[in-house]
Amino acid sequence: MSGEVSPADLHCGAHGASAGVGPRRAVPPGEDLVKGFWRENPVLVQLLGLCPTLAVTNSVANSAVMGIATFFVLVGSSLLVSASRRFIPNEVRITSYILIIATFVSIAEMALQALVPDIHKALGAFVALIVVNCIILGRQEAFAGRNPVGRSVLDAVGMGSGFMIAMLIMGSVREVLGSGTFLGVSLFGPGFEPWVIMVLPPGGFFTLAFVLLTVAWFKRRKALKAREAERHDVAVVERAA
Amino acid sequence: MSNPSLLITASPHLAAGDSTPKIMWTVVASLAPIVAVATYFFGPSAPLVMAAATAGAVVTERAFDRRGTLHDGSAVITGILLGLTLPAGLPLWMAFTGGAFGIGIGKLVFGGLGQNVFNPALLGRAFLQAAFPVAMTTWPVPAAGGWWSLRGDIFALPFASPRALETVTGATPLGRMKFDLQATPLLDLVLGTTSGSLGETSGLLILLCGGYLALRNYLNWRIPASIFAAVAIVATGLHALDPARYPGAAFMLFSGGLMLGAMYMATDLVTSPVTNPGCWIFGAAIGLLVVVIRIWGGLAEGVMYSILIVNAFVPLLNRWTQPRLFGSAGRTVRS
Repeated sequence: MSGEVSPADLHCGAHGASAGVGPRRAVPPGEDLVKGFWRENPVLVQLLGLCPTLAVTNSVANSAVMGIATFFVLVGSSLLVSASRRFIPNEVRITSYILIIATFVSIAEMALQALVPDIHKALGAFVALIVVNCIILGRQEAFAGRNPVGRSVLDAVGMGSGFMIAMLIMGSVREVLGSGTFLGVSLFGPGFEPWVIMVLPPGGFFTLAFVLLTVAWFKRRKALKAREAERHDVAVVERAA
Repeated sequence: MSNPSLLITASPHLAAGDSTPKIMWTVVASLAPIVAVATYFFGPSAPLVMAAATAGAVVTERAFDRRGTLHDGSAVITGILLGLTLPAGLPLWMAFTGGAFGIGIGKLVFGGLGQNVFNPALLGRAFLQAAFPVAMTTWPVPAAGGWWSLRGDIFALPFASPRALETVTGATPLGRMKFDLQATPLLDLVLGTTSGSLGETSGLLILLCGGYLALRNYLNWRIPASIFAAVAIVATGLHALDPARYPGAAFMLFSGGLMLGAMYMATDLVTSPVTNPGCWIFGAAIGLLVVVIRIWGGLAEGVMYSILIVNAFVPLLNRWTQPRLFGSAGRTVRS
């Protein structure tokens, strides 16, 4: 689990996020928000935070609660890190980020324990492990630590939503196939044969693999189409000349 | 220079005339008697279940394989072997799913024929076992309720659970031994008149069909030999310790899927070691694991998981047992 916060991961996160989003270039505020939904989705594109994505998505409710908790921690710590980025010495920035993140994780954990004790129990250690979720540390390192508060919060909201989208996709597939229910409501009646494997750990790996396969297929098709269009444009220009 | 007897080509100069399709279709042909006996014992359900599993495998191979390896028969073997490991009353859609999973996840994602680490048929069965545990452990008794009667609700619609039909089901000999300490007469095991999956019932026949392949050198006889030896030795030793608790070697050898697994699954040309010493180690490890899982594991039968686990070690075995290059001093390639 602690392997998640390796420098390589942080680098990867920083790389995925800061590509084309330099601090000085003027970026429309909508862009900071929207990019996390799909184009730079933290799970489906940057492949960060796979541990909770595999471990707690066996039902929609668990996925949603995990997504909300992570969203809260991400937005809160991005806000605080961005606001205090001028006071944090560069040498101890990771430590400081972790402390800030841990504060919000503690708040989230206590809130979950008070509000939804059943789901808190089902999530187990994974709420506490949000601390080492590399989406969160990655966003602090790559974005909040070097951008103004407003943009950082927008970025965190976008990335948090992107994480939630991925969690809900995983949770829906696994709960519908694995139990025949959605949010606990039976979809197909009693005649449905549940695919028990889908709520077991292997089901998480299979589902993630198929979701990533679909995403990669769409991206590939889009890239091919863009290249076709470009070639077409070049041909038109050449013919005109 | 046009005299062909003066032309010198690179070795090999003698070829056996074997090709992948020839080997694969010979294996399919050698399975025919086993399929026939399964049909004799379990009625029309047996060929239907096997056909559904084969259809799943072939359709997936046809849809996703870019190398055009459909004609070589390897997907057909996977489908039939998977069908032989299923209970006769399994709904056809589940058998189809198992075949599709075995070929898709077990073989094609690794790059197709020759690239897979695990035996595709067993992977398909492992998936079905984990996905549909109840349907996969409902064992119809052979020759009960007339030959023509279906042995379960095999025509259940996709995603629907099978309805409970009035078929006679019973525990497998291994299940009875493990949970009730009740032995089954050896003759029933050898001839196959016990409940179990389609191909795990007639040990003697599988031994004959596999033996034919071994004579043709299409499977390495060292693998089944070492599996049988390891199972027999460990089982005899345990039996000597406590005859009431641990069954003897003959029971262990002829019950469950051991014969089919040892003859057809473990000897898969792709997922078994290439060196002869490697094959001995491979078989011995499988045999040992089979006894360990059967006696101390939570499941009654352990052949499937034993083979899959040892499959994972095959690349390692290939490296450990690499022969010395002729004329060189020590081990050569160690990369």
